[in-house]
Amino acid sequence: MFYISMFFQYISQYIKTRLQYRADIFVEFFSDLLSQAINLVFILVVFGHTDLLGGWSRDEIIFIYGFFLVPFAVFSAFFNIWDFNDRYIVKGELDRILTRPIHSLFQIILERIELEALLGAITGLAVMFYAGSRLGLEMHWYDPFLFIVFVIGGALVYGGVFVMIACISFWADARMSLMPMMYNISNYGRYPVNIYNKLIRFMLTWVLPFAFVGVYPAAFFLGKREWFWYSFLTPVIGVVFFVLSVRLWNQGVTKYRGAGN
Amino acid sequence: MDKYFEMIRIRFLMMLAYRTNYYTGILIYSINIGAYYFLWSAIYGSKEHIVGLSMTQMTTYVAVSWMARAFYFNNLDREMAVEIMDGRVAIELIRPYNYLGMKTMQGLGEGVFRLFFFSAPGLIIVYFIFPIQFTWDPSVWGLFAISILLSFLINTELNLLTGITTFFLYNNSGLIRAKRVVIDLFSGLLLPISFFPGWAQEVMKFLPFQGISYFPSMIVTKGFSHHQALEAILQQFVWVILLFLPIQLLWYFAKKQLIIQGG
Repeated sequence: MFYISMFFQYISQYIKTRLQYRADIFVEFFSDLLSQAINLVFILVVFGHTDLLGGWSRDEIIFIYGFFLVPFAVFSAFFNIWDFNDRYIVKGELDRILTRPIHSLFQIILERIELEALLGAITGLAVMFYAGSRLGLEMHWYDPFLFIVFVIGGALVYGGVFVMIACISFWADARMSLMPMMYNISNYGRYPVNIYNKLIRFMLTWVLPFAFVGVYPAAFFLGKREWFWYSFLTPVIGVVFFVLSVRLWNQGVTKYRGAGN
Repeated sequence: MDKYFEMIRIRFLMMLAYRTNYYTGILIYSINIGAYYFLWSAIYGSKEHIVGLSMTQMTTYVAVSWMARAFYFNNLDREMAVEIMDGRVAIELIRPYNYLGMKTMQGLGEGVFRLFFFSAPGLIIVYFIFPIQFTWDPSVWGLFAISILLSFLINTELNLLTGITTFFLYNNSGLIRAKRVVIDLFSGLLLPISFFPGWAQEVMKFLPFQGISYFPSMIVTKGFSHHQALEAILQQFVWVILLFLPIQLLWYFAKKQLIIQGG
């Protein structure tokens, strides 16, 4: 209960501070929109030269991209920890976090929340509806519920992987820039995994399961039966990776020694 | 002139000191090349050629354009924004050098470092992993060298231009991000300009972006004839000069209305 009330207090505080600088929100939203538009332009231009990409049509790829944007938006809103090492370990901010009465990871998530990233979900939904209507997809009564489950699963996959990467800084002192690398790898998950070779497909499914953020869950709504099994695995993988990451975090925090004065 | 060379050297040594970033950098670039390699092989499917490029040429294009990016890419816009926002630029301005020139030299130091320790070994690694074909014609490599030097200048000028806007906008992180994604697409890094529909290609002829990545990469993959290559280099050169004017103009006004907060 305490955690929930903390959550809402931080959110209301956050909204107040953000509304001070409205222009910033607008600019950020616009630049997000631009980078999404550019990814779409890439898909459109590529399909000017081919009809199928590994057996998937243009609208299906666009649909996958639209789906991907939704869990990604949820992830970016709540797991803004890409500069964890710099901000909390090198500068010693974690000292302060550890004195707080709630779980340290939860405290960091609350502090670094970035709700405006959720606007990306709206773009994602719009893209999905556009592609879906062109494909003539039908909505079933259970689709919205499964959609929410898959989105949460996907966001947890992302969250789990990134929390684990952040945990590395508890053990290794060296300044690591693994985070941008992960962002790059995660781009793989936006395209159908069957275009990659076996090794990469295995990696994207079981090691860095970014395929569960884009193509696998989206395949369910596209009615691709051969991938259904993977689609339904999405929430499982999400929960497993997230629980693992929290465990790793709890281990790592005990190794934290502060950064001097 | 000496002090500018010294700046290149210092940046070079600084890069040498922070090596972990650079190891992960090689990995990031290999991953990107890998991703686009698979994507392109799926796009090519059973096709031999798309708009005059074979699959091997396309793979080479992807590898070269990413490795060339390591040379011309820099974060000068972000560095400038930080220096302007926290007021450090005041000290930079009273130092006995041209601030923008010095920034360019720092970028060059970074670029030269990555060219030797990043692009060159990276290309060799990529050469063994992916089916890439390099030409051994020295004249092609000579033209390529001139061309990426000009790409560096164009890209740096665009960065300086974006950086200077901080004087007027105060917070331009959105603009910096937007500029980066626009350059990735319209410079031909993600896909060759010749893949775009005709009208878009016409529009891009009037923009400086294709001089950043498309021209040098096309020169190495031999997608350009000798004549076309020379024309491309000339066009890059014209852009280098054209972009110089708005920088000087904006810089002049920026210095006039500069307000340092705090101190």
